[in-house]
Amino acid sequence: MSLKIIVLAKQVPDTRNVGPDAMTPEGTVNRSALPAIFNPEDLNALEQALRLKDQFPGTTVHVLTMGPGRAAEVIREAMYRGADGGYLLTDRAFAGADTLATSYALATAIKHVCPQVDLIIGGRQAIDGDTAQVGPQVAEKLGLNQITYTEEILSLKDGKITVVRHIDGGVETVEAALPLVLTVNGSAAPCRPRNVKRVMKFKRALAPLELPQGTDYEELPYADQYGKKQYLKIQQLTTADINADLQQCGLAGSPTKVKAVENIVFKAKESKVLTGSDEDINGLVQELLNNHTIG
Amino acid sequence: MNYYSDIKEIQFELEQSELMPRIVELKERNFADKDQYDDAPQDFADAMDSYDRVLDVVGDIVGNIVAPNAEAVDAEGPHCEGGRVRYAEKTYENLDAMRKAGLSGVTMPRRYNGLNMPVTVYTAANEIVSAGDAGFENIWSLQDCIETLYCFGSEEQRQKYIPRVCKGETMSMDLTEPDAGSDLQSVMLKATYDEENQCWRLNGSKRFITNGDSDIHLVLARSEAGTRDGRGLSMFIYDKRDGGVDVRRIENKLGIHGSPTCELVYKNAKCELCGDRKLGLIKYVMSLMNGARLGIAAQSVGLSQTAYNEALAYARDRKQFGRAIIEFPAVAEMISNIKAKLDAGRALLYQTARYVDIYKALEDIARERKLEPEERAELKKYSRLADAFTPLAKGMNSEYANQNCYDCIQVHGGSGFMLEYTCQRIYRDARITSIYEGTTQLQTVAAIRYVTNGMYAQVIEEMLQEAVAPEFEGYKTRIQAMAEKLNACTAAVKEAQNDELHDLCARHLYEMTGDVIMSLLLLQNATKSAELFAKSLQVYVNLAEADVEKHNALVARMTTESIENYRQA
Repeated sequence: MSLKIIVLAKQVPDTRNVGPDAMTPEGTVNRSALPAIFNPEDLNALEQALRLKDQFPGTTVHVLTMGPGRAAEVIREAMYRGADGGYLLTDRAFAGADTLATSYALATAIKHVCPQVDLIIGGRQAIDGDTAQVGPQVAEKLGLNQITYTEEILSLKDGKITVVRHIDGGVETVEAALPLVLTVNGSAAPCRPRNVKRVMKFKRALAPLELPQGTDYEELPYADQYGKKQYLKIQQLTTADINADLQQCGLAGSPTKVKAVENIVFKAKESKVLTGSDEDINGLVQELLNNHTIG
Repeated sequence: MNYYSDIKEIQFELEQSELMPRIVELKERNFADKDQYDDAPQDFADAMDSYDRVLDVVGDIVGNIVAPNAEAVDAEGPHCEGGRVRYAEKTYENLDAMRKAGLSGVTMPRRYNGLNMPVTVYTAANEIVSAGDAGFENIWSLQDCIETLYCFGSEEQRQKYIPRVCKGETMSMDLTEPDAGSDLQSVMLKATYDEENQCWRLNGSKRFITNGDSDIHLVLARSEAGTRDGRGLSMFIYDKRDGGVDVRRIENKLGIHGSPTCELVYKNAKCELCGDRKLGLIKYVMSLMNGARLGIAAQSVGLSQTAYNEALAYARDRKQFGRAIIEFPAVAEMISNIKAKLDAGRALLYQTARYVDIYKALEDIARERKLEPEERAELKKYSRLADAFTPLAKGMNSEYANQNCYDCIQVHGGSGFMLEYTCQRIYRDARITSIYEGTTQLQTVAAIRYVTNGMYAQVIEEMLQEAVAPEFEGYKTRIQAMAEKLNACTAAVKEAQNDELHDLCARHLYEMTGDVIMSLLLLQNATKSAELFAKSLQVYVNLAEADVEKHNALVARMTTESIENYRQA
């Protein structure tokens, strides 16, 4: 059994290493001040896809990402780790998309590039928006089953997948029929490292948008390589390529409007004094357990 | 943290040598693989770019997996269960990451599925892994044993074993025995030919075998019954899949806890002869040892790098008398000394690796075709340089690693003595570097002939002719004066014509040689990048100059008459 897998990945600003200039005075993310990284949970998703590829020979794993030219970096990163290739969904008309418009674009692209898809795997959520909406919305738009909060894929046979998913206070094991969408938790297995032979093989892979303006692959250093090795040309898709309805793309297709952004300052309103007695400590532990601070 | 890209000095050592284009050209056979393998470089710049990217992966894995695991691995250590080794839990995580990254068989040709990287690049990887966990570096870097199998094994053996190592199978070199440590001529492990099954069999035991439960062993054993010296020893390949070798126990060591040091029992273990009979010690182990010594030099530099990082971070953070302790000159001097010895030792390490690269590549080409006369001269030149520099790089760097880790604890004060900070682990780990693969005393034995035959003197003379940046001319004069003292001491020792006096003074001449050569290498480095090396040049030459003075004074007092006082009954 071989599978066709699409991994949804997003290039995000590294919000885990925030400096003083991370936000603009207007309250939006200052993307230029933050390094762009592979969204962490999308790496967990990629690992699940690559494990299936290891298990079922002939399986293909392609990454789909929406973003500007430099977002092709996540496709290369995925190729270094074992993905067969990827698609960069890029168009000015996609700009300003909220989760609805994003999932429309992704779902439309999947219909176009991989109508027979078996599995779509993405991270639970991206560290910039933290919505966890895109995966489920893609499933809805494609009319597919979905399993969220995936911890581990236990088995895949006879067109059915068995998955352990993370839920509040524990885990549950569920079964679903393919094709379906999985979103993967950050607590799932970490992604394998870059493989150095693949790094050397794919290091020159570029999407057209990454080329210096007005140039073609033929004008790049090592131009002959692009002619000989088609895998060095990362595929790029525009709204026109996937026949997207422009009204549902980007800002036009985004009902979400940001009204205001406010800084939240945490202030201690009340305080409690505890002694070091066993009784007080047990009481505190119980309280924290009850309100799910620990558990 | 990335243990490669964060350290600009490693990148400098790879990029800034005039020898590198020649190394790459030889190793890549003029880029003959470029149309056959997707990962092969198209030209020099492309190769350098690939090396950089490969080391970036190493630095990433070490920074995010190996180094964070080091403390747990050190605490748990390996276990001996039913004659097998079970590594510390996190060691498997480290190995798994390195395998998945394809960092195995780094120097092996692509036709066996290797990465075909120069020794210089492999050395950098070694240093980086060691900086994260010197114990794990042992396990990982024993893949280097495959070089010996590649050089001396049959084509059939190459095809059988090299691809397995390239997939991540581990190796060990089974040399030491209870009564054969530094003196390997006394090895007694018995190899007999089994006529019935047409194979060799091993019987006996070995001790202190690093990673002794590895997948593929190179074993030194006595194939010639009745002999007692090195000429009766041959090299064998033992494949764990065949069985017959058990681990009797794992040593409880001061440091490098992650690396299992095993006592092995061979019970009629089936094995294959590697190369020719009787050449085991005199040819193959020497080759194995030279590779291993370069590895220990790299391991030492990695430890020194970590000593520097840890000392610096602590001294910036720790406040006493209202100031960060790094602001106190007494502390700052210790850290500057660590950095100077680190930079100097690293320069020596990579110079050695480059020499090894050129001669090894030419030797390999000689297996494919007859060398041109100028290539033969080149091979001879670099082979001699590698032989001379390897014991210098190993001995000096391992001693520096010990000194640096000592100072690193000193910077930490009382906290450094507690088993809490990284400095205590690297201090314990560093201690073995000046002992295994030949003690510093034996490195001196290996190196001293190049002192007395004028080989180093010639290298020094040539280096002194090289142009340096105008602002560093003064250093050249000082180093010149150091070299003159070395030459005078050497002449005096030779003139005495007393073997015991020669052996007594050897270590002093050896260290003076190290002082002068490393000063010159740092001078070259600072000429190319004052930004990276000007400080270390100043600090190191100050140290080296004083050290040369010290040895000069000692050698002057060591006369035939005074030997008596250096004898203890």
